[in-house]
Amino acid sequence: MSKSQALPLFDPKLVKPALLESLRKLSPRAQWRNPVMFVVWIGSVLTTILAVQASSGRGDASAGFVWAITIWLWFTILFANFAEAIAEGRGRAQAEALRGLRRTTWAKLLREPHYGAQWQLRESNELRMGDVVIVSTGETIPGDGEVIEGVASVDESAITGESAPVIREAGGDFCSVTGGTRVLSDWLVVRITANPGDAFLDRMIAMVEGAKRGKTPNEIALTILLVAMTMIFLFACASLLPFSLYSVSSAGQGLPISVTALVALLVCLIPTTIAGLLSAIGVAGMSRMMQANVIATSGRAVEAAGDVDVLLLDKTGTITLGNRQASAFIPAQGVSERELADAAQLASLSDETPEGRSIVVLAKDKFNLRGRELHDASFVPFTAQTRMSGVDITKGDAQQHGQRHIRKGAAEAVRGWVQDQGAAFPSDVLRNVEAVAKRGSTPLVVADGKRVLGVIELKDIVKGGIAERFAALRRMGIKTVMITGDNKLTAAAIAAEAGVDDYLAEARPEDKLKLIRDYQAEGHLVAMTGDGTNDAPALAQADVAVAMNSGTQAAKEAGNMVDLDSNPTKLIEIVETGKQMLMTRGALTTFSVANDVAKYFAILPAVFVGTYPQLARLDVMQLSSPTSAILSAVIFNALIIVALIPLALRGVRYRPLGAAVLLRRNLLIYGLGGVVLPFPCIKLIDLTLHAMGVA
Amino acid sequence: MNHSSIVQVLLYLFVLLVLAWPLGRYLADLFEGRWATRWPRLGRLAGHAYRLCGIQPEEEMSWWRYALALLVFNAIGVLVVYAIQRMQAWLPLNPAGMAAIEPGSAFNTAISFVTNTNWQGYSGEAAMSHLTQMLALAVQNFLSAATGLAVAIALIRGFVRRSAQGIGNAWVDLVRGTVGVLLPLSVVVAVFLVAQGVVQNFSGPQEVSLIQPFEYSQPKLGTDGQPLKDAGGQVINETLMAKTQSIPMGPVASQEAIKMVGTNGGGFFNANSAHPFENPTPLSNYVQMLAIFLIPAALCFTLGHMVGNIRQGVTILAAMSLIFLALLALTIWAEGHANPMLTALGMDGAGGNLEGKELRFGSLQSAIFAVITTAASCGAVNAMHDSFMPLGGLVPMLQIQLGEVVFGGVGAGLYGMLIFAIEAVFIAGLMIGRTPEYLGKKIESFEMKMVSIAILATPLLILGGTAVAVMMPDALASLANPAAHGFSEILYAFSSATNNNGSAFAGLSANTPFYNLALGLAMWFGRFTVIIPVLAIAGQLAAKPRLAETPGTLPTHGPLFVVLLIGVVLLVGALTYLPALALGPIVEHLQLFH
Repeated sequence: MSKSQALPLFDPKLVKPALLESLRKLSPRAQWRNPVMFVVWIGSVLTTILAVQASSGRGDASAGFVWAITIWLWFTILFANFAEAIAEGRGRAQAEALRGLRRTTWAKLLREPHYGAQWQLRESNELRMGDVVIVSTGETIPGDGEVIEGVASVDESAITGESAPVIREAGGDFCSVTGGTRVLSDWLVVRITANPGDAFLDRMIAMVEGAKRGKTPNEIALTILLVAMTMIFLFACASLLPFSLYSVSSAGQGLPISVTALVALLVCLIPTTIAGLLSAIGVAGMSRMMQANVIATSGRAVEAAGDVDVLLLDKTGTITLGNRQASAFIPAQGVSERELADAAQLASLSDETPEGRSIVVLAKDKFNLRGRELHDASFVPFTAQTRMSGVDITKGDAQQHGQRHIRKGAAEAVRGWVQDQGAAFPSDVLRNVEAVAKRGSTPLVVADGKRVLGVIELKDIVKGGIAERFAALRRMGIKTVMITGDNKLTAAAIAAEAGVDDYLAEARPEDKLKLIRDYQAEGHLVAMTGDGTNDAPALAQADVAVAMNSGTQAAKEAGNMVDLDSNPTKLIEIVETGKQMLMTRGALTTFSVANDVAKYFAILPAVFVGTYPQLARLDVMQLSSPTSAILSAVIFNALIIVALIPLALRGVRYRPLGAAVLLRRNLLIYGLGGVVLPFPCIKLIDLTLHAMGVA
Repeated sequence: MNHSSIVQVLLYLFVLLVLAWPLGRYLADLFEGRWATRWPRLGRLAGHAYRLCGIQPEEEMSWWRYALALLVFNAIGVLVVYAIQRMQAWLPLNPAGMAAIEPGSAFNTAISFVTNTNWQGYSGEAAMSHLTQMLALAVQNFLSAATGLAVAIALIRGFVRRSAQGIGNAWVDLVRGTVGVLLPLSVVVAVFLVAQGVVQNFSGPQEVSLIQPFEYSQPKLGTDGQPLKDAGGQVINETLMAKTQSIPMGPVASQEAIKMVGTNGGGFFNANSAHPFENPTPLSNYVQMLAIFLIPAALCFTLGHMVGNIRQGVTILAAMSLIFLALLALTIWAEGHANPMLTALGMDGAGGNLEGKELRFGSLQSAIFAVITTAASCGAVNAMHDSFMPLGGLVPMLQIQLGEVVFGGVGAGLYGMLIFAIEAVFIAGLMIGRTPEYLGKKIESFEMKMVSIAILATPLLILGGTAVAVMMPDALASLANPAAHGFSEILYAFSSATNNNGSAFAGLSANTPFYNLALGLAMWFGRFTVIIPVLAIAGQLAAKPRLAETPGTLPTHGPLFVVLLIGVVLLVGALTYLPALALGPIVEHLQLFH
């Protein structure tokens, strides 16, 4: 499970460097990245010049007013910089924690790529892709790689937080090892698959730190909209100067609007709130993924997670507990239940799989059959070809048994085996097989030679609480699809019990890929988890692909996220985090634009009341003076950025509700709230300024 | 608002919807190609047109070819209208012997009719020959409306098509729009108007005897055309007796019909629909109002039919109708009160504000007509908007500034509103935790770029144009009124031209070199800096796959989206134009009612 490193919002250790960073970000080159804030920057420079000019007594407004506006405009930029800096600081702090793993270690570089070859010591950061090293008990694996020889238990807790060691071995789905983890027993020969600095973790850390953080597609689109709004307000404000000149000359009274007031109006109107917090929201989204122990290879992936509407979930491990348990013996006609249990137990005594053990346990529970020592017996292991396991007993143990070939396995496999010996497969057993499958359990048929004894029912245990999670997903508009190698009947029953919307039975890896393509062709966005190399094509095709950290290198390369905990249920949290990031963006954009209404009511009467005294009636807030009105709006505009930093970092709360409900709720809070809130706030600032005698 | 006005408005909307519903279905058939088999005669007519023009009806166009075709087609239209005006003195059908139009005015009028604006700096009965009216102006009334229609349909196709390269064929769409809907509807309306008494002939002005001759005096002119002066330098006046009146005639009904159906608005006469020969009866007035909204309302249903979900179209229509009703109520209320400065002098204010109104229609019918004609980018008028009360005048101006999206022009209203819908979806979509999509298409940065160009173009032209005008003494010389009202007149002119409405606050003498040029440019760029991005969006959307609708999809139908859409339209409009409006109609209102 994920260890939630609850990072405090404003860690004092982070605040100080963030403050320094906000000053550094005042350079125009840093501001240029954010066009809206760049406009504020230009406005600030302009008013600074005007303030200097006003101090020498030649300004278009009083020096005190111009200086006050100027200072608050600079603060607006600083606050936005601070938001970005603190978000980056938090991300960096998390990255540092990961980087702790990346200390240089010694590696034993093999001359030839096999066990027992000569080796020489090298520093781990000198290793190149393709080098082969040997790692023995107690040593740290020097880099990401692939096991080519050996089996060992490996402690990966440094990365996953999971204390139980995992087995890594050559070939198959458990051949991938991560640098920084430790071999606990035995040895591994590892082929290094990444150059220094290019290892999986290195790339991910760089991503989190924001060093390589490019804008995500939706961020780009939103920035375009924000720039368009900024330009509209630029037109509206710039045209006010001639309009004001005309009105003054035509009405014969008042003074034209000052450039300072125009800049103040412009900065208040352009969407500084969202623009100032936009990159903080993006960085915070990546950080939240990190807190869930998921590393996203790009912000784009986090964004896509919010869009996902089909989740492909492997049955085993995600929907059901990993192991099936024997729950009943159903004998064939003319066979006693005890005889069936006895044969089943014999066939399972050497079967170390959880299923096999559960059969032995059930036989003991029901008929008090104890484990026996078998002599002259050979265990027949399960293979993918035979799809059966069992035992061959060549000599009788005690009196009743002669030579026996006991097999247990899938109904189809046992049927074939029996028929090959020239016997028929009893129809009542076939019916029982179907009945068991219909219940969502797995039927195992037991045969002794050509005689079919009956069926063992293996039950899949659905994880507790999973049905509720799927119901929540359904409310979010996300369809869940269970993938299983089981037959259709079994799959349907488990699907019903777990409450998934659909299932794919008897699935092969290529079926997964096809299913994803089909859903995508229908216009869905698909997320899946995977760990095996044969999952890689499907992972590459999925829109959001979460690779388990325990999975193979190929799976990790194909995915766009890695779950360090290797917990397939995490997909749900990932989707929620993605949605939360998009919602925060939308909510703050709405809020930012809605705020403008109040600012107009504050500033417009203030700048034109001299020319048209009647416009004072638009001053619904009854602000104390025109200068105080403008200053209050500017101060509000700056302070609201600071006030919303926690929201930007934490994200708008996501609840699994339907789209319409969510929209209504957020429109009320951020739309209507955004229109109403500034009125009392600006009034309060005005009263404070008045009380302080500033304006 | 009293009961009578409420009943009239509701009856109007009811009849409108009853007519728009089948027309919407018909338009979907028309542009999806099923039409030619259902209406074989019209289909054959279109077939002849394709052969005549060498159009290959099956050929698909990419968005830029489509845009280029429309641009070139309209540019040629400008040249033709300009040429006919300049040469009308030598052309037939000129019984009144009209002289050639001077270049500035001809340039302005050519763009005005090609862009569906029908801003008129001239006075029809005193400047244009019958041939110019019919061959230059009325033809463009059809073609400009067909252009708007084609663009709207192309945009809808963008939403409907999946992973497609083309958005249709511009030539085919122009022919279908003209032959399939504009011509038949115009014939019906024209015949009806003739029945109501609208004139339709090729006669020159008729001299008729006055029932009551009257005396008037004017300066006596010498042989050089200058007023004669007496020894003291005083102008010598002569007293004359007027016994006859010259009544202009012409093919009015045919032009009047397409003026409404195509939301063009350019009148045959200077007085437009206030003239008894254009709009003789309350019934003709009613039908004209219906004709203005008919195609724009029907297109909402067409959208619903074509995207396969009628509720999508109904939602757009509901948003339009609610904005319309709210602004109509404000105007009817404002015009229902007489000017307090006049009632203070003892005038009876029971008839409401009657200044600048045709008494046959009164304040109510004038208010309804004004709100319809400015909602729909028509610009025909049956009263003088300049003389409305400040808030009554604010509504037409605001509706134009909102981008003509409340019903709007033929086609233009729908594509304008869809731009706003994309904008609304963009922000609202994020608020439910999804990247935005509309009608199954993802809205990404390319679409937002094009949306931005479309929403930036009009404020730039309106505010920029007004700013330049108020700084130029030449431009200010055209003003009939000082201060806030004068400002409103200039602001209205640029709003009307840029958003292709064509109505005016007539206190401004706009037939000057400055306004002819500035407004001409505003009309052209106001039209095509929206049309080209809209077609680009259509092309981009058509190339995308269509996403499935799930419970997690933002519902873009239903009351919530109606509210959202209205909110976005009003907020964007208000935030852009509030400062300017505050210095015009708002301050005027506050000055009048303090």
